[in-house]
Amino acid sequence: MTATAETPQQTGLRQQVLVLYLASSALDARVVGWSTYDGTGETHPTTGDSDVPPYETGLDALKDGWRLFQASQLNPPYPGHEYDVSFLKHEFFFEKLA
Amino acid sequence: MPHPHRKHLLTSVQMAQFVATGAFRMDAVVPDDMNQQAIEVLKAGIPGVPYGTPLSEAFVDSEFVERLVQLPEVAGAIHSLVGPEPTVDHHAVHIRKAHEGEAQNLHGDAIIDVRTDAFDVQLMYYPQDVTLEMGGTLSVPGSHLRRTNESDTGRYQNLRGQTRLVCPAGTVQFLHHGIWHGGRKNDSDLDRYMFKIRFNPTVRQVRLWNTDDLYEEQVAAELEQNFPWYENATGRLEKYNRIKLWQAITGDDTYDPNYWVTRVSNRPQRVVADRSNNPHAKQKKEMV
Repeated sequence: MTATAETPQQTGLRQQVLVLYLASSALDARVVGWSTYDGTGETHPTTGDSDVPPYETGLDALKDGWRLFQASQLNPPYPGHEYDVSFLKHEFFFEKLA
Repeated sequence: MPHPHRKHLLTSVQMAQFVATGAFRMDAVVPDDMNQQAIEVLKAGIPGVPYGTPLSEAFVDSEFVERLVQLPEVAGAIHSLVGPEPTVDHHAVHIRKAHEGEAQNLHGDAIIDVRTDAFDVQLMYYPQDVTLEMGGTLSVPGSHLRRTNESDTGRYQNLRGQTRLVCPAGTVQFLHHGIWHGGRKNDSDLDRYMFKIRFNPTVRQVRLWNTDDLYEEQVAAELEQNFPWYENATGRLEKYNRIKLWQAITGDDTYDPNYWVTRVSNRPQRVVADRSNNPHAKQKKEMV
């Protein structure tokens, strides 16, 4: 028998996404930046809406039930660009279904 | 434009603060009578200025703006940052309507701009008291040297240590062209006004401020600042890049109090190995 995945309409579940930027590549490092996107439409997080991070570390988010689904890779700098600064390097995507 | 009095130029400590943070702010520097007048003037609109118009010619048709840029403290800051007779890149009146639902994405203006020995500044003037609810400009101290293009940073909603501007009426801030910023959502009952002018330098930006305190310890302390949103490792690269910028605008490429640049560019050429072990030693001429 083949199992058929239930659609979001059937389950009523939606994805909530939390993006944490950490001070190093370690998941238990300090949160330096954060963003949230709410697929339920219940909340409307946006740019510059808070000065206080939702968690102190990435690990704290795991402890609160967030599931990690993506972490940025560790890439060496391009030769000649070792001292350049650009995007935040340590980006971790988490989700909850609600 | 007359040369500002020396007492109105920025100090080296203030310039170092700008190089570290990408911003310099002067609270309530514009007098009340101008602030009272400003909203009507901004509502009516400021006449357009062709790109690259010298500052002294740009606002001859706008007495209000002429007065604004000639305020001694404002003129002193402009001169210190971009020098005499900069050109006006563009100007704009920004209005965030009461209960406007949207915040701007975090962005840098124009396009990616990687100049290491020159920079533009943007003057931002706030004629009203700006409360947190009014959604004053969000900016990120120390983000100006990051090499990112316009709103590619839009994914970042909040960064630790960000500045959500709250200020008294008449405040002017100057921002480095690269700083990450955005207009925040206005949750108040009041429309919020801001007037912006971008200046391009027309001279080399070397020692344009009051340099009496150039080698004071506080200069080094400003340049060594860390910001709460910096990653541990990249935060060190920020200091490297900051020192390079300071060296460029002071014309002193030996200034490096914490050795961020010096140690990674140290490549001595003096060879002291014994002649027999030294591949660079000249060979003795063979006797023929």
